[in-house]
Amino acid sequence: MILLQMEGVGKNFGGLTALADFNLSLAPGELVGLIGPNGAGKTTVFNLITGVYRPSEGRIVFDGRDITGLRPDLITRCGIARTFQNIRLFGNLTVLENVLVANHLRLRSNPLEAVIRWGRYQAEEREMVAYSRALLEAVGLDHLAEEEASSLPYGQQRRLEIVRALATKPKVLLLDEPAAGMNPAEAEELMDFIRQIRKDFNLTILLIEHHMRVVMGICERILVLDHGLTIAEGSPAEIQKDQKVITAYLGVETGA
Amino acid sequence: MGKITLPRSGLYSLVAAAYRREPKRWGPMLTGAVILCLLLFIYWAGRNFNPYQVRILNLIGINIGLGLSLNLINGFTGQFSLGHAGFMAVGAYTTTLLMMPPAVKQMNFFMVPLISPLDEIQLPFIVALLLGGLVSALMGFFIGAPVLRLRGDYLAIATLGFSEIIRIVITNIRSVTNGALGLKAIPAYTNLWWSWGFALLTIFVITRLIHSSYGRAFKAIREDEIAAEAMGIGLFRHKMLAFTLGAFLAGIGGGFQASLLTTIDPNMFRFILTFEILLIVVLGGMGSITGTVIAATIVTILKEVLRGVEAPMNLGFISLPGIPGMRMVIFSLLLILVVLFYREGIMGQRELSWEGLFGPRNGRPERGVEA
Ligand SMILES: Nc1ncnc2c1ncn2[C@@H]1O[C@H](COP(=O)(O)OP(=O)(O)O)[C@@H](O)[C@H]1O
Ligand SMILES: [Mg+2]
Repeated sequence: MILLQMEGVGKNFGGLTALADFNLSLAPGELVGLIGPNGAGKTTVFNLITGVYRPSEGRIVFDGRDITGLRPDLITRCGIARTFQNIRLFGNLTVLENVLVANHLRLRSNPLEAVIRWGRYQAEEREMVAYSRALLEAVGLDHLAEEEASSLPYGQQRRLEIVRALATKPKVLLLDEPAAGMNPAEAEELMDFIRQIRKDFNLTILLIEHHMRVVMGICERILVLDHGLTIAEGSPAEIQKDQKVITAYLGVETGA
Repeated sequence: MGKITLPRSGLYSLVAAAYRREPKRWGPMLTGAVILCLLLFIYWAGRNFNPYQVRILNLIGINIGLGLSLNLINGFTGQFSLGHAGFMAVGAYTTTLLMMPPAVKQMNFFMVPLISPLDEIQLPFIVALLLGGLVSALMGFFIGAPVLRLRGDYLAIATLGFSEIIRIVITNIRSVTNGALGLKAIPAYTNLWWSWGFALLTIFVITRLIHSSYGRAFKAIREDEIAAEAMGIGLFRHKMLAFTLGAFLAGIGGGFQASLLTTIDPNMFRFILTFEILLIVVLGGMGSITGTVIAATIVTILKEVLRGVEAPMNLGFISLPGIPGMRMVIFSLLLILVVLFYREGIMGQRELSWEGLFGPRNGRPERGVEA
């Protein structure tokens, strides 16, 4: 069974082809890595899946439903959640409020019920708070619940962004360079964290990483992009030996 | 986050101690006490204030409601709208036309007669007000549908444009609005109970809404639209909700103002009116309810106090002619100063709260969901 499928998806920005003929099949429970040098088109893949961009060609099917060109909030409702390469928290809201916002899509009370607070709204609010607090506790952020999100240290902000995505109760989680800006020890700790939530929440994960080494240990399968083209796909061992990947990466990493 | 330092006198420590023991019980009790004091004050003011002072007090109440309705759109949802004068005009005209006695209508419309069902209709004030709010909300709905897809500056320009269009339409449909002549001898129903009832009800609704899941969604949109959408929040639906509710309240505020001033004409609803409400919101703090309440009080009083600068002045050795519009110059300067040096306004996004005043972490405003 395939949970998320992209068939021949491409995206052009004017004359620039950011992504061409991209194919991806995610089976439930998989953890797949998406790597490639800067500007390869990795984030574009996420933006296409989550509806931020509309594909120039191809189609995207999630859970048996064609979601090509669907609005981002509706795609999230289908069960796909993401984090951003440049952290996008609600900076002036508290840590708890950030997570609560991601519960809003399940709210059934209308605004009038929310104002009057009769009937189901109170129950729903209690449930949202309880669930959000439980999530924060599960990832060890509960002691920061009342802090302003922007006041958190960088590593905690990354974690909070993941927790916030989890609060939408996704089936598929898209992580865009979650270890960016971390030292090797922190990155390793984060990978353990990702393994953990994958198990606890039965997630299917697509993970973007710029640094190859980080994903090698955690992913079963890796796709390599370069200049919008898929240049390799396979197990970490296969990818490490692939000549095209080595050239693409050596070209970048020695130059950097 | 700034610290609010307070004198730790006897009464303060007494209340603070009680509050800290049982905040869940004392919070609502303190709020109730404040409302009771306010109502007593209004009762007292109604009997002891002179008509001029009563009028100012009425204006404060109405301006609190108007300021909050704009803050909902601009401050909490982050959609910079400049269309409030238009919504107030719609509310003022609708309310007036629905409640004015037919005889007075006939007197007003001596150039072009008022079109037919309207010339006969006379509804109770409250019904006319609500319908004024509803028509304004409907207008907000239809204006919001195209313009809320725009962002930032474009949204501001588009709403400003629509507000002007509304005013020009009102000027021109003389058989409905009496055109530039305006409407006079509007029944003066607005009193302190009405205007402050409007203020309190608006405070209640906006506070509850902002502290609900919908309010968090509004603030999320303000903070980061892309992230909010990625969390499953329908941007358009929530912006429309804030905008339409804001327009509804602005329409009702306009209706109250019409009945307070007893005369309206299209010129009252120029951009300058939006500017006055905007000044209240910015001065109080974009995204602060208590800030708007404080600023509405200050700006309304200041506007009256500054009336003096527009009157002819005799300084003994020199006599200056009155300069009409001088107050607005001062207000504009005030807004510029706030934006340049004090962008947060009085409260920023913070709120005065019992938790902030008396809580164990005194100075740190209450946050979160229990409020
Ligand atoms: N909105 C956009 N408009 C124009 N060009 C874009 C846009 N988004 C991405 N690109 C271009 O597409 C290419 C791939 O970008 P991206 O997917 O962000 O790369 P990566 O995430 O792999 O570093 C880059 O050349 C980038 O400049
Ligand atoms: Mg990227």
